[in-house]
Amino acid sequence: MKLFSVTLVVNGRAVTLRVEARQSLADALRGELGLTGTHLGCEHGVCGACTVLLDGEPVRGCLLLAVQTEGTEVTTIEGISPPAGLNELQESFRRHHALQCGYCTPGMVLSLHALLARDPTADEEAIREAISGNLCRCTGYLPILQAALHVAQSNRLKRADTSSTQSSA
Amino acid sequence: MKPAPFDYAAPRTLDEAIDLLGRHGEDARPLAGGQSLMPMLALRLSRPSLLVDLNRVESLSGIRIDDDELRIGAMTRQAEALESAEIRRHVPLLAQALAEVGHPPTRARGTIGGSLAHADPAAELPAVIVALGAKLVIRGATGERVLRAEEFFRGMFETDVKAGELLVEIRIPIQAQGSAFLEIALRKGDFAIVSVAASIALGPDQRCVAATLVLGGVGPMPVRCADSERRLIGHTPDAAAISAAAEAIPIDRVELGSRSASRGYRRRVAPVLVKRALAAAAGAAGAAP
Ligand SMILES: Cc1cc2nc3c(=O)[nH]c(=O)nc-3n(C[C@@H](O)[C@H](O)[C@H](O)COP(=O)(O)OP(=O)(O)OC[C@H]3O[C@@H](n4cnc5c(N)ncnc54)[C@H](O)[C@@H]3O)c2cc1C
Ligand code: FES
Ligand code: FES
Repeated sequence: MKLFSVTLVVNGRAVTLRVEARQSLADALRGELGLTGTHLGCEHGVCGACTVLLDGEPVRGCLLLAVQTEGTEVTTIEGISPPAGLNELQESFRRHHALQCGYCTPGMVLSLHALLARDPTADEEAIREAISGNLCRCTGYLPILQAALHVAQSNRLKRADTSSTQSSA
Repeated sequence: MKPAPFDYAAPRTLDEAIDLLGRHGEDARPLAGGQSLMPMLALRLSRPSLLVDLNRVESLSGIRIDDDELRIGAMTRQAEALESAEIRRHVPLLAQALAEVGHPPTRARGTIGGSLAHADPAAELPAVIVALGAKLVIRGATGERVLRAEEFFRGMFETDVKAGELLVEIRIPIQAQGSAFLEIALRKGDFAIVSVAASIALGPDQRCVAATLVLGGVGPMPVRCADSERRLIGHTPDAAAISAAAEAIPIDRVELGSRSASRGYRRRVAPVLVKRALAAAAGAAGAAP
């Protein structure tokens, strides 16, 4: 069995993997690095559970070969979670009951994390588009939408705050 | 859901890629965005012994204007094309269709060339590329050949690209015209059940000097509606002219049916969607409402 050596950055840490050509990035993250926060649902591109960030962009981890990631930066759900507790978006998911079984959650959170990084005050349409490729069998999507809208709204308020402090100063 | 074993190569130049593909013939597959090929490998519908990854061949991606043509490298990502100001300005039809192709994560990887080479009957881009009168540049060991979009598609999931060849560039003539892309899909971002690509150019007297109408999702390949186009030319694109054009679509070429959308359903919605698309294209061309 031919193995390929791949060096990439995962969650800020340089790693070298030894993988078979056919191994997906999602499998390598779970199997070689123990990063089991990346879930695999369909393993053929349909569900979005395996979403990870490749150089900051959401991609399907099951449709990318680990060998293709040489020199890239990959972020998984573990990489955006604080050492203890939850980040703001995750906390908002918890408060809005935006998860039930949790299978789709890492993919949902990463898709929305990338959107909010690019567009912190994203509107409903942008949020819907950002998760349009992520299936959820439990929540009916609305709580997920609410969770993301809440973060966008709080970013809007923070922004208004900073500009009013600036103008009064 | 794991692919069968294969070998992997990631050449950095087009010549190397073509050399590898030429030497391995039918046993090798080029890998573009992987958004269709990887699922086929996982489902073992395809079992190549070598994947030639095109993602490191820089010369294959990019969007540029040359004379009065817009040239898109085959490996240009769908997301990049969707955001391109040049595409929006010069070939809005392509931008309109790209918004319906999959989702942000599939567009981040999926390529323009990969979608065309895959030739899925339910894909949006084949119909659009036919409507735009694009030319496709194919390269193999013996050199380059250029095909019209209508010669490129050969059947369901079948193109004129032979083993050992690559689609390298798409050339789209820049024309001043109004266009519209409409589709019916189960959900936003899904493959099309019926899609319509339409464009209209008006003369100073508000009459059509050019019209293009192509259906997607209905047959093995995009369906050009030449009779409908002819009925529009020379006329003002008002409701009557548009209805006449919609009646002239080759309805017997609406052949496909599936569990979610029967052939009968597609035959009923196709003319409706055609009317809406032609009206929108006429509006975009500056027709008086
Ligand atoms: C969830 C999901 C939803 C999707 N929805 C849609 C949709 O609504 N509409 C739509 O049209 N598509 C859709 N797709 C498919 C689309 O995303 C793919 O990008 C596209 O079909 C193939 O492009 P690719 O670059 O990923 O090619 P790949 O998957 O890498 O390749 C596809 C095929 O083309 C060949 N090939 C690729 N590039 C070349 C080339 N330059 N020369 C010769 N052969 C080549 C490959 O060998 C392979 O056989 C969807 C995919 C997913 C996963
Ligand atoms: S596991 Fe990757 S899309 Fe379903
Ligand atoms: S919470 Fe169960 S699939 Fe989304």
